[in-house]
Amino acid sequence: MKLLSRKVTCNSHGQNSSYFLGWQEYEKNPYDENKNPTGIIQMGLAENQLSFDLLELWLAKNPDAAGFKKDGESLFRELALFQDYNGLPAFKKALVEFMAEIRGNKVTFDENKIVLTAGATSANETLMFCLANPGEAFLVPTPYYPGFDRDLKWRTGVEIVPIQCTSFNDFQITSSALEQAYKEAQKRNRTVKGVLVTNPSNPLGTTMTRSELNLLVNFISEKEIHLISDEIYSGTVFGSPEFVSIIEVLKDRKCEDIEVYNRVHIVYSLSKDLGLPGFRVGAIYSNDDMVVAAATKMSSFGLVSSQTQYLLSEMLSDKKFTKNYIMENQKRLKLRHKKLVSGLESAGISCLKSNASLFCWVDMRHLLTSTTFEAEMELWKQIVYDVKLNISPGSSCHCTEPGWFRVCFANMSEKTLNLAMERLKVFVQSMNGSNNLSQYQSTKNSRRKSLTKWVFRLSFHDRQLEER
Amino acid sequence: MFRLSCKLLSKVATSDGHGENSPYFDGWKAYESDPYHPINNPEGVIQMGLAENQLCFDVIQNWLMNNPKASICTPEGVDAFKEIAIFQDYHGLSEFREAVAKFMAKVRGNNVKFDPDRIVMSGGATGAHEMIAFCLADPGDAFLVPTPYYPAFDRDLKWRTGVQIIPVVCKSSNNFKVTREAIEGAYKGAEEANIRVQGLLITNPSNPLGTTLDRETLKSLVRFVNEKNIHLVCDEIYAATVFMSEPNYVSVAEIIEEEDIECNPDLIHIVYSLSKDMGFPGFRVGIVYSYNDRVMNCARKMSSFGLVSSQTQHMIASMLSDEEFVDKFITESKTRLAVRQQYFSMGLYDQVGIRCLKSNAGLFVWMDLRKLLKEQTFEDEMALWKVIIDEVRLNVSPGSSFHCSEPGWFRVCFANMDDKAMELALTRIRNFVLKNKDIALSLKKQCWHSSNLRLNLSSRNLSSRRMEEIMLVGMMSPHSPLPQSPLLQART
Repeated sequence: MKLLSRKVTCNSHGQNSSYFLGWQEYEKNPYDENKNPTGIIQMGLAENQLSFDLLELWLAKNPDAAGFKKDGESLFRELALFQDYNGLPAFKKALVEFMAEIRGNKVTFDENKIVLTAGATSANETLMFCLANPGEAFLVPTPYYPGFDRDLKWRTGVEIVPIQCTSFNDFQITSSALEQAYKEAQKRNRTVKGVLVTNPSNPLGTTMTRSELNLLVNFISEKEIHLISDEIYSGTVFGSPEFVSIIEVLKDRKCEDIEVYNRVHIVYSLSKDLGLPGFRVGAIYSNDDMVVAAATKMSSFGLVSSQTQYLLSEMLSDKKFTKNYIMENQKRLKLRHKKLVSGLESAGISCLKSNASLFCWVDMRHLLTSTTFEAEMELWKQIVYDVKLNISPGSSCHCTEPGWFRVCFANMSEKTLNLAMERLKVFVQSMNGSNNLSQYQSTKNSRRKSLTKWVFRLSFHDRQLEER
Repeated sequence: MFRLSCKLLSKVATSDGHGENSPYFDGWKAYESDPYHPINNPEGVIQMGLAENQLCFDVIQNWLMNNPKASICTPEGVDAFKEIAIFQDYHGLSEFREAVAKFMAKVRGNNVKFDPDRIVMSGGATGAHEMIAFCLADPGDAFLVPTPYYPAFDRDLKWRTGVQIIPVVCKSSNNFKVTREAIEGAYKGAEEANIRVQGLLITNPSNPLGTTLDRETLKSLVRFVNEKNIHLVCDEIYAATVFMSEPNYVSVAEIIEEEDIECNPDLIHIVYSLSKDMGFPGFRVGIVYSYNDRVMNCARKMSSFGLVSSQTQHMIASMLSDEEFVDKFITESKTRLAVRQQYFSMGLYDQVGIRCLKSNAGLFVWMDLRKLLKEQTFEDEMALWKVIIDEVRLNVSPGSSFHCSEPGWFRVCFANMDDKAMELALTRIRNFVLKNKDIALSLKKQCWHSSNLRLNLSSRNLSSRRMEEIMLVGMMSPHSPLPQSPLLQART
């Protein structure tokens, strides 16, 4: 007798990937400047820890808002009772204005078209429930955020068909890659409902070019399908080229009165830009009122806590604060990014030129013993165990080419980052130093064998999926 | 302005599965267009369709004022801001889980213990129910649910999951108690229709009945699910609203530990929330507590779709770790609920002879208005309901929206307003009855004296006849229809 659903017994929550070995190792032996200076440094977590002082300063300057008081009266009761899935109006207004500000106010957003969700995790899943039936497909460019396998597919029954991007053109989306993906879906007998892109990209850290965006608009117009643009990193753009949102492109093409306008939806969150992943603040922005209506009802399954909505509505309504925050945050990200890039360079490692996000897409192909994913895994294990850095292997992001790694730079102090770079330099030098690369590896062979066994066993353990 | 063609949206998005076309929500809409406010809109509709617990905010606010560290935003608490703001681990803050586990135990008189490591978060009980359905059932599978039941189960259990609900009909003849017979019947029916039943969902204390299940009934339900090897999901969201000590509240957590019960713990799951017991629906604190390790682990991964804001986890952890406060709160809340329920139900009976189902829990009464129906039909129930909204100016919930098999029952909430509004609600009911007697009489006179006047068979006429009946009932009772003192002793 079948006791549990297929969702419990299958693996599509995606958390059995051997990728979690790195996390497990980090948690057993986490670096601490004072208590554990030889521990593993966490560079697999895309968190923005650079600007908390700005948030804390705002809190100190705004005791009323911080204390849920307005004009001396406590708002606690009202907030405790507020469960309207339409969301706190003041918060939605502040949020759409913040989104516009991030886009240099080149576009405006309508607060009636935004739906609040429990993080972008919930936003992406909700959009799938709204736009696709079980068995239908969304096209997603590789490499992509590993969590999409869970968010888009697990409970929805929707499939992901990859749009293969390669280093040949810096992983940009091409028209032929789009067509190929579409054909592949047809081959698998899957109706394609749309394309989902992340812009700025995770894990690449790059913003999409205008031509890529125009390509996408042409593609979805021709195929009459949806486009979801996950713009969760939009506030982390620290260098040129400037961020161009899909909404801007539609505006420039005067698409507001054309049907395709209704098929473009944006996903947003405050987890990266403001560094508040714990608060679970996500949003869906859609120009189609049926999508907004359906998504709003579905948001009942994951509303944003009213006290969180209130706090952030006060914070984001403070335009002086938001202006300064956006600017200062980007400055700090830029500096930190530079530090990582130059640190890598001094280790003889290059990365994809990037202008956004909290990580770099690092090219370690030259360190592989062979152009295979097995070699990528071997290298990764060395980096986790010998270099003591937890970074994310490209295979976990469905990259088609082995040798790429995502390395985060915004979730640690500068000192820690410097140390990480030192360790990497030493490792690469030792690799170059030893005449035979495989000789170096054979000394670690026995450990790796048991590791492989362990990874297999681990894959049945409950591990938390890394959040972007 | 364009609209997407339906084929561009999913079946889920274009279906009615969200359940908002039910009359349960019509009353809400009527209320929202004309909401009562003591100063700004004293003639507005009084909301009695919302099961909220607003009676103890002063107790909570007092605690908050004395415990600024509970907030990560105050100068006293801001040291924890960064750590909490970053915390998105789906295991949840350990102090949060410990505090919730302790609270759940206290609410059950410490007759059971809960393991903090089994506590899984969800987006309110709404999220919890959907999550449990995703874990325990595949599309097409079914859950047995005793009627009357909370209307939103139709959305929570079915909408995006594809799971079905098979009602287990309960009747007023035995006070809507769920019987083994009724469950067996529903189960058999499903088997014959080739529908796979994956579990039984009960709400204890019940919404909308306000009653708790007795020990023997609970045991028999546990035995049933073990015999059939199906799941038992117990929604215990109203556990702390049991305001009478007799009958005592028994949680399924207690039953499975009893010696004369052989229960496979893998079949038992509890859904909980702080929305009713604490009055915090806005904070979205839902809990799934499963005794099944696989379900627990899967639910924990699924909780990513509806984690509790870490800001809220932190505050709740502080609050519920204060055992002295918790003890005081639970006692005070029960006392106030008892007073309010009794005042309201006695007021109804004494003033206008309206009876409610005898209840010992919940934030509402299950009101019996069958005598006011001309015919025992749901059409008449709807007509009566419209009169209650339009003329008595109260939003109450018709039994049909709870899938009640018998027309004439209404759920009326009493804990979401202050004493004044409660008094006003009773006054309106009373006045309506009195007023309608006159109207009924004058209408009768008019018809007699003027043959030119068309007989007006509007609902008003129907209602006046009904109101006459109430009046007769009221007159026949030994109690005067004049307002009674709220200090009237409890009779039920």
